[in-house]
Amino acid sequence: MITTDTTGAIPPVGETDDDLIQLLTPEGERVYHEAYTPRIEDLDRAALEGLYRDMVLVRRFDTEATSLQRHGELGLWPPCLGQEAAQIGSGRALARQDYAFPSYRELGVAWTRGVDLRKVLHQFRGEDHGGWDPAEHNFHLYTLVIGSHALHATGYAMGIQRDGDVGTGDPDRDRAVVAYFGDGATAQGDLNEALTFAAVNDSPVVFFCQNNHWAISEPTTRQSRVPLFHRGRGFGIPSVRVDGNDVLACYAVTTEALERARSGGGPTFVEAVTYRMGAHTTSDDPTRYRTKADEEVWRRRDPIDRLEVLLRAEGTGEEFFTALDAEADELGEDVRSYCRAIPVPPASRMFENVYATENALVSTEREWFTEYSEGFLTEEVAR
Amino acid sequence: MSTSTTPAPDTQRLAMAKAINLGLRRAMERDPKVLLMGEDIGALGGVFRVTDGLQKDFGGDRVVDTPLAESGIVGTAIGLAVAGYRPVCEIQFDGFIFPAYDQITTQLAKLHYRSRGAVQVPVVIRVPYGGGIGAVEHHSESPEALFAHTAGLRVVSPANPADAFTMIQQAIACPDPVLFLEPKARYWDKADVEVSAADQVAGGQAGLNTARVVRQGSDVTVAAYGPSVATALRAATAAEAEGHSLEVLDLRTISPIDFGTIADSVHRTGRLVVVHEAPVFFGAGAEIAARISQECFYHLEAPVARVGGFHAPYPVSKLEHEYLPDLDRVLHAVDDVLAH
Ligand SMILES: Cc1ncc(C[n+]2csc(CCOP(=O)(O)OP(=O)(O)O)c2C)c(N)n1
Ligand SMILES: [Mg+2]
Repeated sequence: MITTDTTGAIPPVGETDDDLIQLLTPEGERVYHEAYTPRIEDLDRAALEGLYRDMVLVRRFDTEATSLQRHGELGLWPPCLGQEAAQIGSGRALARQDYAFPSYRELGVAWTRGVDLRKVLHQFRGEDHGGWDPAEHNFHLYTLVIGSHALHATGYAMGIQRDGDVGTGDPDRDRAVVAYFGDGATAQGDLNEALTFAAVNDSPVVFFCQNNHWAISEPTTRQSRVPLFHRGRGFGIPSVRVDGNDVLACYAVTTEALERARSGGGPTFVEAVTYRMGAHTTSDDPTRYRTKADEEVWRRRDPIDRLEVLLRAEGTGEEFFTALDAEADELGEDVRSYCRAIPVPPASRMFENVYATENALVSTEREWFTEYSEGFLTEEVAR
Repeated sequence: MSTSTTPAPDTQRLAMAKAINLGLRRAMERDPKVLLMGEDIGALGGVFRVTDGLQKDFGGDRVVDTPLAESGIVGTAIGLAVAGYRPVCEIQFDGFIFPAYDQITTQLAKLHYRSRGAVQVPVVIRVPYGGGIGAVEHHSESPEALFAHTAGLRVVSPANPADAFTMIQQAIACPDPVLFLEPKARYWDKADVEVSAADQVAGGQAGLNTARVVRQGSDVTVAAYGPSVATALRAATAAEAEGHSLEVLDLRTISPIDFGTIADSVHRTGRLVVVHEAPVFFGAGAEIAARISQECFYHLEAPVARVGGFHAPYPVSKLEHEYLPDLDRVLHAVDDVLAH
């Protein structure tokens, strides 16, 4: 069980029901939990292998993206390294009709929503502010302004209530929303307003907080004196703390929360305790604020390693791992060539979609810009 | 052979980020009530390292890593100021100031007025702003007009390391709240900065009130501030080769605007081009064009031209060079006003 450790960054555990939900130890052993083990009983070996594959491929993509940034192919990359279990476990608990509002590190969730991950590169290569159509995947665009989208998620959930898609008992109709955010975001006003709105409206939204111990250089202790999930309780929202590096527990806890939401039971706050193994982004230098020893403690709690141990113990053969390695290599190669080939958008893109309606000022400026740019072309030809 | 020499002024070659760092240090040494607050300004030294080393030297009570909440940063700074402190807030990037917009515009800017002068709120809000660094969304904006529109708030922006060093100290000493906009694309530009122990604040509030002629010329006045001053200076050099003499003004302050210095220059040149990265529509240039047209009507040979961003959200970084006013766009406007 993860408790306060050498990083000192997890606030102390208070009551017994504050215990971290864990179904798979860092050593890869199953733990029985009365409430949550039944929720993973439907996960057979193929399903577990699926979760493992998800995490391995997402990690490979993430690692490739980091190195593409190092090679100047991306302007920036926010790695999700170490947070794969929290993202895959929760993401796989979503039904097709559910909706997720990510922050900017949710590569794993994007994967579970069926987003072609290569589309995520466009934003970080500076070619696009988004990259995918949210409605196609029920996966909103990334939001870079911390906390903002928790309100959007709550509002979306309020819409679901008005559509009558809550508590009908029809598993294909009832739906819910998940808002993804970090430990740092819990300090932001918008986030706290979202909790207030969701609570008083009983809205079908799950607040999924990935406590990765850091908001850039600030440890979680700079944001809160209590475990983060106590925040949810303060708003009257059922709240739970889960081992965020345990994909099974994340799946179980999110499944429960989504069920509550879809059936009309209102919001849930989930604190997934994990660790940001990489830098905040490729622009960051973690050596200024944390030690290798801190990172080492968490390396031993790796979410992928522990599932591998379990899979091997429960009979998954070497062929599976070999085939997956090959699949990951192929994915890596594809990501690299795709990224390098992303074209620079035409400059006129700047003036598109500013408004949904015709706008005289935008049109005038666009015309001016076109004429101005063509002026340069003519000059060059004349020379 | 004389041995008597005037002591060489203490000059250091500093990047703008370092010059601000040193200015903050001087202000903190001078006044124990000065404290810094913001996200990641302690151990990390800020994402641009502007506060590098200050927490180590002044402690966590004076260099405060705050929770991630901009409204909280500015709101508590107001309370600290009421309690007699001089908080200097750092907002990590231009696009993240808006959670604090309410505190800045409804509270910070108005307390002195509402209390009929009984309450002073000497808060400085430092914001790296502007584009050109290839960043993702919300990291390249120029929101100065939104703040200049608010009475009670000073809005200033240094364009070079020497001014940055002086102006940050003047801003901290100023009894008014000051929005201190730092042109992030210029953080690494180096220049000689006179850092002699002499009290920089004794020089008064010049940098907070007055523009400066940074290059003299006779044909066209180009008024700019912050990141655009360097662009204007490059344009002046290029124009010289074509036989046009540009006078470049570094406005330094956007609220108040030193119309006197602009008008003086326009009296001499008869032509004015205003340059900023912020959108032209309702930008600082609109106010300058209106006032100068009114005050210098009979001296103007051509309508005032404005060069700036478009009426569109700041674009993706691969297109920012098309969006930002550059040398060519400034020269284009210069040609326009000269054609009259
Ligand atoms: C409103 C706002 N303020 C500041 C920032 C700059 N910023 C980007 S990420 C970050 C830290 C976020 O930490 P956390 O919420 O824990 O998420 P994590 O990055 O760890 O996933 C900060 C301060 C921002 N994006 N938005
Ligand atoms: Mg975090």
